[in-house]
Amino acid sequence: MSFGSWFRDRPRLLEYAYRGAYWLFERVDPLLKRLGYARVESWIHPLEKLGKKVIFDCRMCGQCILHSTGMTCPMTCPKNLRNGPCGGVRQNGRCEVKPEMRCVWVEAFERSHKMPYYGQEIKNLQPLVNRQLEDRSAWMTILTGEDQNVPSGWEDVSELTILDS
Amino acid sequence: MSPEQHQTQEYISGSRLERVLRAGRFAVTAELNPPDSADPQEVYDAALVLSRVCDAINATDASGANCHMSSVAICALLVQAGYEPVMQVSCRDRNRIAIQGDVLGGAAMGVRNLLCLTGDDTSAGDQPEAKRVFDMDSIQLLRTVKIMRDQRKFLSGREITEPPRLFLGAASNPFVQPFDWRPLRLAKKIEAGANFIQTQYCFDMLRFRKFMERVRDLGLDEKAYILVGVGPLRSERAAEFMRTKVPGVVIPDEIVDRLRKTPKSQKREEGKRICVEIIQQVREIKGIAGVHVMAYRQEELVAEIIEEAGLLPRPRRPEAPDTDPFKRDRKWKRESGKQ
Repeated sequence: MSFGSWFRDRPRLLEYAYRGAYWLFERVDPLLKRLGYARVESWIHPLEKLGKKVIFDCRMCGQCILHSTGMTCPMTCPKNLRNGPCGGVRQNGRCEVKPEMRCVWVEAFERSHKMPYYGQEIKNLQPLVNRQLEDRSAWMTILTGEDQNVPSGWEDVSELTILDS
Repeated sequence: MSPEQHQTQEYISGSRLERVLRAGRFAVTAELNPPDSADPQEVYDAALVLSRVCDAINATDASGANCHMSSVAICALLVQAGYEPVMQVSCRDRNRIAIQGDVLGGAAMGVRNLLCLTGDDTSAGDQPEAKRVFDMDSIQLLRTVKIMRDQRKFLSGREITEPPRLFLGAASNPFVQPFDWRPLRLAKKIEAGANFIQTQYCFDMLRFRKFMERVRDLGLDEKAYILVGVGPLRSERAAEFMRTKVPGVVIPDEIVDRLRKTPKSQKREEGKRICVEIIQQVREIKGIAGVHVMAYRQEELVAEIIEEAGLLPRPRRPEAPDTDPFKRDRKWKRESGKQ
């Protein structure tokens, strides 16, 4: 078992870490704004890249949705699926493309059950990836709101309303 | 959907498939094996056999990541000849710009049914060196086409003067992990815009019944028409190949054993019988609106299967005297007063 998977198999811990980091970033946001987001990003980017690479095998898509996908990076799915597993998952729960790897979404689904705060967000309908944000710091794009930039024609549907009706 | 609901809602696309499903008939669709050829006659020959026994013909988009004639072109040929195609679009080979263009092009040629797929990975095909695109996934694609159709605009927000009138389909595979997630994924697809569902090959009835139970609990069978994927197995070797090499196909050991015990000369017949039995069992399940027959390189069996399952004759022109989609469009516009 690798160092990263030790963390990934503790989604509750990661969830607390995420909430803590979010709280902290919100507090220091005015300061970061004064320093200039671009400058801060140039400092933070290598740290974020290294940390997330080790723990999540992060691909730096620049619009992190880890807390909505059971603390499992959806970009590590060979098909980059952000809305759930494809129909090619093997009987042993492994990936169609990389048989040595467990399906990202099988793991995401298991882990989301262990997450009291964001576990339900796995049902959200994720919009298309903004490829312009690739290799940007997701911590910064969250603060600047850039990660929420969806194509202007896109209509947001975040929850499964059909299940309630 | 109940008959009352049918009458209160207007047609989404006016496609033949939609009309059959709305009328409450048990629908039959079939997959056309795309030719490795530039000869249109090969498409017409294959379509002729299928069209007599089904309501719509699926044109695959390089399924299994193997290159064949494109689905857009097959659909164009089928519409010209008066057949009803279901255009399959996969996200593996094209980005969002190309796909939105193809959707408009397909609709302009008279395509009225669109099946949105994520697509098999390039590594499953005969050209694994190819670049995989996956710019969007099937759910985002469904949503995109729904926006194009209902909001008359591209993803960018730019206006579309004549929206594509499409009956939107999605795929579902109840037979692979994570099993608990599969009905929720179906819900996501319906939320995103799916009007009908075509499932992966169904051989595992136990698993499928469980899946449908959950689907009915969630009320999904009333929000989209579910067509079950079925197909004949040629022999136990073909079954073994499919379940090990084709992504997402699950065949229980009982079925493989049954084929193994059959004498060689009767294997094809037995494979067909299994398929007919599955159709009959599926028809008994509440919430199933039809079947989707996929007979890879065994097209000649499709007609026999559908006939023996008691699904003939097919409604030829249900409720609509016009087979020409453009004529239907003009009529629809006149009647609904739409521009």
